[in-house]
Amino acid sequence: MKPTSHAFSSNAHRALHDRTLQQALAKAGVGFVDKRRAAIDGLPEFQALKEAGRRIKDHTLANLDHYLLRFEAQVQAAGGRVHWAATPQEACAAVLDICQKSGAKMVAKGKSMVGEEIAINDALEGAGFEVVETDLGEYIIQIAHEPPSHIIAPAVHKTRQQIADLFQNLHHQPGLTRPLQTVPQIVDEARQVLREKFLAADVGITGANFLIAETGSTVIVTNEGNGDLSATLPRVHIVLASIEKLVPNLEDTSVLLRLLARSATGQEITSYTTFFTGPRRSEDLDGPEEFHVVLVDNGRSRMLGGDYHEMLRCIRCGACLNHCPVYGAVGGHAYGWVYPGPMGAVLTPLMVGLDEGRPLPNASTLCGRCEEVCPMAIPLPKMLREHRRQEFAQRLTPPRARWALAAWAYLAKRPELYRLATRLAIKLLNLMSGGKGRFRSLLFAQAWTAARDLPAPQRDTFMAQWQQRRKP
Amino acid sequence: MSDSRAAILARIAKALAHEAAADAPEIVQRIEAHARGPLPQWPHSTRERFIEKLEQVVGTWAEVASPAHIAQAVGDYLAAQNLAKALAVAPHPLLDGIIWPEGFQAERRRAVGDDHVSLAVAFCAIAETGSLMLLAGPDSPTTLNFLPDDFLCVLPTNRIVPRMEDAWALLREERGAMPRATNIVTGPSRTADVEQTIQLGAHGPRRLHVLLLQGGA
Ligand code: SF4
Repeated sequence: MKPTSHAFSSNAHRALHDRTLQQALAKAGVGFVDKRRAAIDGLPEFQALKEAGRRIKDHTLANLDHYLLRFEAQVQAAGGRVHWAATPQEACAAVLDICQKSGAKMVAKGKSMVGEEIAINDALEGAGFEVVETDLGEYIIQIAHEPPSHIIAPAVHKTRQQIADLFQNLHHQPGLTRPLQTVPQIVDEARQVLREKFLAADVGITGANFLIAETGSTVIVTNEGNGDLSATLPRVHIVLASIEKLVPNLEDTSVLLRLLARSATGQEITSYTTFFTGPRRSEDLDGPEEFHVVLVDNGRSRMLGGDYHEMLRCIRCGACLNHCPVYGAVGGHAYGWVYPGPMGAVLTPLMVGLDEGRPLPNASTLCGRCEEVCPMAIPLPKMLREHRRQEFAQRLTPPRARWALAAWAYLAKRPELYRLATRLAIKLLNLMSGGKGRFRSLLFAQAWTAARDLPAPQRDTFMAQWQQRRKP
Repeated sequence: MSDSRAAILARIAKALAHEAAADAPEIVQRIEAHARGPLPQWPHSTRERFIEKLEQVVGTWAEVASPAHIAQAVGDYLAAQNLAKALAVAPHPLLDGIIWPEGFQAERRRAVGDDHVSLAVAFCAIAETGSLMLLAGPDSPTTLNFLPDDFLCVLPTNRIVPRMEDAWALLREERGAMPRATNIVTGPSRTADVEQTIQLGAHGPRRLHVLLLQGGA
């Protein structure tokens, strides 16, 4: 997908005035937060697990090449194949090649954020394959022709009515014409329609939450069962995974699983946690004949050892999105690319370029809630600041902002002048407010004063008051 | 594509300032130590914990005295749910000797798209989360776990282990290697993709019913 992150402020403006979106966001926000809280309160070991999880990821990243090679060897030993892709183009080419060689027509897809990242659907459709998203949320946004707005709840921005309307328009033909009212009706209809697709698909694509070096297994964590059907019914199973998903062994995976489900949905474990290891064995009665893992780099090996190294610990739980006041206000689409919220504001500039992603690290108050809830203790605010620093150093900051920052820096470095300037400004604002103590409307701040008053500064600066009171 | 492999590995090696090797001794050691992380604790027994957690995720269960009573328990469930007496049954040795009563259509095979009911045997269960673990193989086709509306699963009570880590130990000991698919199943299929409302039976089974086999296999 073509990023529109550069247009964050107009995207955000639109989102704030979209009443349906605001309804949907209001419904989602609290649910995630409360459920996570309850799940973590119910597990006294959570903090210890968090520390253990962090150590596992740090260790794996510090030895990532060893573990990748080990993983590759184990996949091959189980009869699977590993394809390495440095770029999204290479990853798409690898998938297309597998699909073409197997003579496939239809591809059933489980949810994969890396799939979004490399835009695999566009590539497959461009090459003439039919692609069906089978995760209900992904299916909804696929038929709405929209990107996901949340990394674990892709259709969180849609209301029930909007979904019912989408289904009504699309599913008319196969005798499904009754009006959809309730959630069970909607889910049932999707089950019915997608069941046909699973059974007809030649290739199944899933993502991976973890890759296990010990066994060459890829792990998916789901609730619907669509990923398992996608991986079991078609002749070919392709796993799309990024290189930082590696973990050493099954015990390490168990630690991270305890953190993931609680942080994501507030569950202790999801309905289905599945470990895929190679294709069907000769005596098996079902399962795919081919098993492929496409390992995607897309800039990750460059993050290793650098300023954004710690971002590679991310397990894509979505907690930072759910707790972000900016995400909660504007939703995921405003971020303009695949990854929204705090983790997206760190990743997007790294993956699509700082030039394009520039507004995202700035769309944060650095309140620190994301870091607090991150199960992998990723210092997200620190990295947002680092992006800002590099933006300034690379002279990408717009001239007006640069000028304002330079002016402020000039003053800040000269305390006497600074005090004088603030005193003057306070006097001026006080005068302008006509002594009422607040502004009903203020030039250059109309957006703020449209909904509330801006308090006018009272009396004098802190420093001036301090000096005064210190006098005996 | 092999160029990409070399390029990716070279970039990583440069960032980490070392040479890549699949069999670096400290890595092999780290993997094979199978060291466990912090383990959640609970006051009650393994069996009680399993049942408590299974019920929390809306799984149901019934006790079965011996393999000879499985057919009866399945019949009771089908009658209670008002379902036809037709099911796909895993070709598992534990289910070999079952004599299905008159009128039952029990076929030992994988599941297909329009099966309503399936019966399989769990490899083991995890008390911590109320989960069943099933290993793909000729005696446990994966389709049985996912395609039908009602998934019935036999679990010998001596196969309930406390935590996932114990299940891994059991798997290593008894099987040596991972099967094509290792499924940890916790309750029926569900989705919250429509307005964050939990709805059971998204794509997988709408109901999960565990037959707790007394004593063991
Ligand atoms: S940055 Fe942390 S909180 Fe955000 S998705 Fe990644 S692991 Fe979860």
